[in-house]
Amino acid sequence: MTNDRKLLLLCLGVLAILFALQFVLSSYLVLALTRILILSVFAMGYNILMGYTGLLSLGHAMFFAAGLYASGLASYYWGVPLGWAFLIGIAGSAVVSVIIGLLALRTEAVAFMIVTLMFSQAAFLATLHFSKITGGDQGLTLPTEARSFDLFGLVLDMTHDGTRFNIAFTVFAVVLLLTYVATRGPFGRQLVAVRGNPGRTEMLGFNIYIVKLMAFTLSGTIAGTAGALYGLMFGYIGSSFADFQNSIQPLLFTLVGGPGTLLGPLLGTALMTMLIDRLSGLTTAYLIVVGVLLIVMTLWAPKGILGTIRDKWARWLN
Amino acid sequence: MDIAPYLLLATLEGLVQASVLTLTALGLSVVFGTMRVVNVAHGEFFMLGAVGAWVCAMLMPGPPWLGFVTALIVAPAIVGLLAAAADWAILKRIDYDPEATIISTIGLMYIIQQVVLMTFGPNAQAVDAPFYYTIRFPWFGYSSYKLFIVVAAIVLVFALWRLMKGSRVGLLMRATQYDKDTAQNFGIPVDRVYSGVFAVGAMMAAIAGVLVVPNQQAHYLMGHDPLLLSFVVVIVGGLGSIPGTIAAAVLIGLSDGLLSVFFTPTLAKIASTLLVALVLVFKPEGLFGKATR
Repeated sequence: MTNDRKLLLLCLGVLAILFALQFVLSSYLVLALTRILILSVFAMGYNILMGYTGLLSLGHAMFFAAGLYASGLASYYWGVPLGWAFLIGIAGSAVVSVIIGLLALRTEAVAFMIVTLMFSQAAFLATLHFSKITGGDQGLTLPTEARSFDLFGLVLDMTHDGTRFNIAFTVFAVVLLLTYVATRGPFGRQLVAVRGNPGRTEMLGFNIYIVKLMAFTLSGTIAGTAGALYGLMFGYIGSSFADFQNSIQPLLFTLVGGPGTLLGPLLGTALMTMLIDRLSGLTTAYLIVVGVLLIVMTLWAPKGILGTIRDKWARWLN
Repeated sequence: MDIAPYLLLATLEGLVQASVLTLTALGLSVVFGTMRVVNVAHGEFFMLGAVGAWVCAMLMPGPPWLGFVTALIVAPAIVGLLAAAADWAILKRIDYDPEATIISTIGLMYIIQQVVLMTFGPNAQAVDAPFYYTIRFPWFGYSSYKLFIVVAAIVLVFALWRLMKGSRVGLLMRATQYDKDTAQNFGIPVDRVYSGVFAVGAMMAAIAGVLVVPNQQAHYLMGHDPLLLSFVVVIVGGLGSIPGTIAAAVLIGLSDGLLSVFFTPTLAKIASTLLVALVLVFKPEGLFGKATR
């Protein structure tokens, strides 16, 4: 069995288990799992750029927020049906990713990190500045009539736990398989080549700016898809989704799970959200764990959990 | 209504802000210049200075100036030790890799913030100025303490300048900055130079924090704005260049004082963050210097 085939089977197995969990878990845990799946989509988007292409962005909250606001505002102000609002969210974050990518990818390494951080900070401040439209800190709560929609005669209600879980699961599955396809074939090889040795990749005749831009756009659009899903499902959009901490979140999830591994973001997100949920019940200063883990991971396990397992035992776990 | 008094007031406020900013940004700039790393936890060293000043003011009996002078010595010393420890425990072990340094200093930022939150609580704390004397202008009175900040900043910047250019320590720093490996071969203890530089950079921020706290309350999240503005200053002025940093700090400090008369603070911040991003995008070699080899 080839390595890629093994990985695909593993992914399908994980998907089957995730799907089955909704029949086993309590409704509270199903809700928690719904959140984990959406945030995993965010982290998978981040992983394409950070893990596979080796570009460390500190501004992915901006793309998450782009999807969140594009879809949420369309639904709130114009009463766009949910399905269309979701597509508007995806399109909105794709546009923002292309524009920011065109600019930010002119820089490298540390400068790239600071540029993405600054653009993201400007976007966050803009959501506060235009608080008349965005609701600023307080945010906006989507009205109840905008919480359900009609899909080919099937009425889907966003206040229903099971519906929410299955939609999140569907989007997660699509993004996981999309990431699998994108990181295998020629395009996936180009991403890894850019990560490993950009200079040589360029000498081999690839336009690395275009490769990076495609990775950046895909990454930002997937992050925005997660944002649109989050806003529409839970019926709330607010500027806290655009702040610095929300950029650190996918970085931490990816770092813990394993950058450059297909299932790392899911594992990292699941572990970290469960840990943070527990701790935030105990102390207001739960963010200290985020700080400690960022340092511990960089010091002792820069490849994350799945990355370490891959290097030691299972080469195919990419 | 005459505009001159307003301009004078805005200029004075701008000068005070520029002084604090110069000290904070110089700390960041010296660290980047010598070590080629960006310290995201820099704002937290500023915050620790301010919180240290408050703690000293609470614990020291007697007149406010006594607590202030104590804070001016104790707070930077503790922050310097903390920075040296962070350098030894973290940065040295990741071999000053630029990207890993940013991630781990983000971690350090969260740790310092949350420890201060757990220890001192979420409330903002006010500290008395060490002396109250109001200088009378024809139109308004102005706190002499604020002018003291300006004088103190000028003295400290001059001292740093002498340290860099006229002392053996400065020579070692510049040699390390110029070529780390050759410096090592000539017997310069590069490790200790790095620890020292990281500590000195943090101490500059801590001193700025002590100086600022009679004007502004101490709070565990107060490091955010100084960090952002230091980034603006250091990048616009050219990372690692001390004269550039000073010039940019004075320019931005002054214009911020003037701009905030006409614009909302949020709009001013949006403009400055976009400025940083665009400078890095369109003038990467010019202003980021030798950052990317």
